[in-house]
Amino acid sequence: MSAIRPLHLAAEIGGPPRYDAASHVALARLAEGGALDFVTLNDSFARPGPDALAVLARVAPATTRIGLVPTVTTTHTEPFHVSSAVATLDWVSKGRAGWQTDVSTTEAEARLFGRRAAAPPAALWQEAGEVADVGARLWDSWEDDAEIRDVATGRFVDRDKLHYVDFEGSTFSVRGPAIVPRPPQGRPVTVIDGTSGPAREAAARHADVVLVRATSPEQAAALADELRRGAAAHGRDPDSLRVLVALTVDLGDAETTPEPGLESGPQLAGRGTYFRGGPVDLAELITQWHRGGAVDGFHLTPITPERDLERIVNGTVALLQHRSLFRTFYPGGTLREHLGLSRPANRHAPARTAGGTS
Amino acid sequence: MHLAAHFPGVNSTTVWTDPRSRSQIDFSSFEHLARTAERGRFDFFFLAEGLRLREHNGRIHDLDVVGRPESLTVLNALAAVTERLGLAATVNATFNEPYELARRLATLDHLSAGRAAWNVVTSSDAFTGENFRRGGYLDRADLPQVLGSARTGGTPYTRAAEFVATARELWDSWTPDGTSRPFTHTGQHFEISGEFTVPRSPQGHPVVIQAGDSGEGREFAASTADVIFTRHGTLEAGRAFYADVKARLAAYGRQPDDLKIMPGVTVVLGDTDAEAQENAAEIRRLQVSPQNAILALEQVWGRDLSSYDPDGPLPDIDPDLGSDLVQGRVRVADPLAVAAKWRALSEAKGLSIRRTVIESTARQSFIGSPETVAADLEKFVATDAADGFILVPHLTPGGLDDFVDRVVPLLQERGAFRSEYTGSTLRSHLGLAEPVWKG
Ligand SMILES: Cc1cc2nc3c(=O)[nH]c(=O)nc-3n(C[C@H](O)[C@H](O)[C@H](O)COP(=O)(O)O)c2cc1C
Repeated sequence: MSAIRPLHLAAEIGGPPRYDAASHVALARLAEGGALDFVTLNDSFARPGPDALAVLARVAPATTRIGLVPTVTTTHTEPFHVSSAVATLDWVSKGRAGWQTDVSTTEAEARLFGRRAAAPPAALWQEAGEVADVGARLWDSWEDDAEIRDVATGRFVDRDKLHYVDFEGSTFSVRGPAIVPRPPQGRPVTVIDGTSGPAREAAARHADVVLVRATSPEQAAALADELRRGAAAHGRDPDSLRVLVALTVDLGDAETTPEPGLESGPQLAGRGTYFRGGPVDLAELITQWHRGGAVDGFHLTPITPERDLERIVNGTVALLQHRSLFRTFYPGGTLREHLGLSRPANRHAPARTAGGTS
Repeated sequence: MHLAAHFPGVNSTTVWTDPRSRSQIDFSSFEHLARTAERGRFDFFFLAEGLRLREHNGRIHDLDVVGRPESLTVLNALAAVTERLGLAATVNATFNEPYELARRLATLDHLSAGRAAWNVVTSSDAFTGENFRRGGYLDRADLPQVLGSARTGGTPYTRAAEFVATARELWDSWTPDGTSRPFTHTGQHFEISGEFTVPRSPQGHPVVIQAGDSGEGREFAASTADVIFTRHGTLEAGRAFYADVKARLAAYGRQPDDLKIMPGVTVVLGDTDAEAQENAAEIRRLQVSPQNAILALEQVWGRDLSSYDPDGPLPDIDPDLGSDLVQGRVRVADPLAVAAKWRALSEAKGLSIRRTVIESTARQSFIGSPETVAADLEKFVATDAADGFILVPHLTPGGLDDFVDRVVPLLQERGAFRSEYTGSTLRSHLGLAEPVWKG
């Protein structure tokens, strides 16, 4: 990793549960004002809060450029429904959708559904990987030009460009094809938090964006290397992986206790990495870690979204932009374009041009 | 009178060959129709659902519109571009789980400030089941084998009834003043417990719509639904259905006004009644293309009839009763009777296959000048054939533009339809009471 790649920034807009649309719209617009790549909205079936994908669908028409990445649980849900909903988020946002794939490990969540007992993380991430896999297959199950509207022959679609997926997973099977045509991005962006071992496996195999936790640039670089090697081992181009350091950010004390340089920067707290300091300190940290080529960017979780996201955008991001380290506008329209990821070719299309039938 | 807008799409009435026809997927199409409906002060906007692409003769059906986005996600997005319009999603009760769906519906109700509705459908065939973990074991044909086995047996409606009841228990697990209480549900189909993560939503319970026509379906609607979506779009059939369903309500301690009956209907307008009839004939011609005529015939006959000429006579062979030629759509109830009727019609009038299909499958409900249509709609409501209508346009997304511009003002002048929204929730548009909290 020698050449320095463009910096990518994302922010979580969750926090304490809010059920109205206005607060979510305001936060997403704030992040969009800073030209951030995407916002995430955390979710699980057990914690108070509305359905994250629904919230970001509500946010979509109220924003124009920013990527929208809800957490989507793969454990007690139907893979077919999940893939349809994520594809639809991509349609209603005109190509700005992603999904953060996650699992439900607790007995309490299992009891909400009553279909099966809780399972160990390794098994659940194996299943989550299969859900990501079948999702991609369903998004490819319509070739991009399947809808032909051929008045002469009366055919709306060319059914040779619609494909059954016939997926057999360890806990489910899906016949296909999708009911939703291939979404604008081809495949919405898959984000996985690779903090735990089993999740890192799934991330190397299926994710476009991986979140990692680290307290030093060296540690972050080592994790990124491991992920890229893993991706390569699965036959993927390691450069198609974006590795973002996840930081929980508290900018609340900035005015009262300005702390110099990086002394304020990340400490390991519980599961996550915690940053406390001023917006300028955060900009310093981002600059140094990114300049060293350790990571592609950061996923920032403000501990108090209304306050901290404002400081991130108007303080940290403004400074990074001033230093020409971060873009000041969106050159493209889709989340993949923000991330510098190409639109995936449909797995069925090459076979056809090579003369195969299907 | 209540009015709803059905988004055109995967059915045999949407005319995608019309040059004015636009995308059935792009958000702009949904936005156009929803804004039109809201401009017309409609009660709600309605999305149908299908969970597997339809098949014909073992191949994906390619003559009608294919493909649609997922309903609840589209409706959440539409909540951003509308203010008062109700937002109704068709969501299957067989291939979903109560906790997740109750949460998604409560979320829509919050994000739309009280405009959510759920059309509970019960399609449960093994064909659709191949896309889901639940698989096909609720296929009607297999029901006797699974009846009695814990949490798998019962008909689609026993599961649907328990599903709706469970969802309401979850919605009631938060007190109106905002405290969450743990819930436990133990029934034939579901055994679940925990805490619901979404507080009581603006409507208390999203509006529940039922679509289905069997005795069991009507009973389910009478016991539990707020709105029933029917196909009985003629005056006589509408009155009979209306009387039947409203009479079932008393047994559940409900009043006639607690359940609104809304048939799905089509409207064809013209400057004069004669012009409207011409327009209607042209639409029928476009709906029943030569290819679609053969296909309609095959659906009744259960046979591959692709070698027949659409402009020629009906086949003289009999329908194949054991056929599975058609997958993913409602079966023809009695193929022999339908075939006999079509033959009789064709012989009596000397009609070709295509003309026979055009005449036999017509379901155009209201045809005429705006004045005629407004008067007819009012008559249906005044004579207890309906409480309102779900309008099914044949064009995406401009299919209701003329209705809203030309018929709605007449209905408003007649005092038959609201000129402004008086409330902000869908319940208030429909004149439905707040559900009583059952803590
Ligand atoms: C007017 C109407 C609309 C319907 N729309 C849908 C739909 O959008 N999706 C679906 O899966 N089933 C739909 N159904 C099917 C019903 O949910 C039900 O499965 C079917 O009518 C069989 O039930 P029944 O015997 O009570 O009529 C519809 C039925 C009716 C009558």
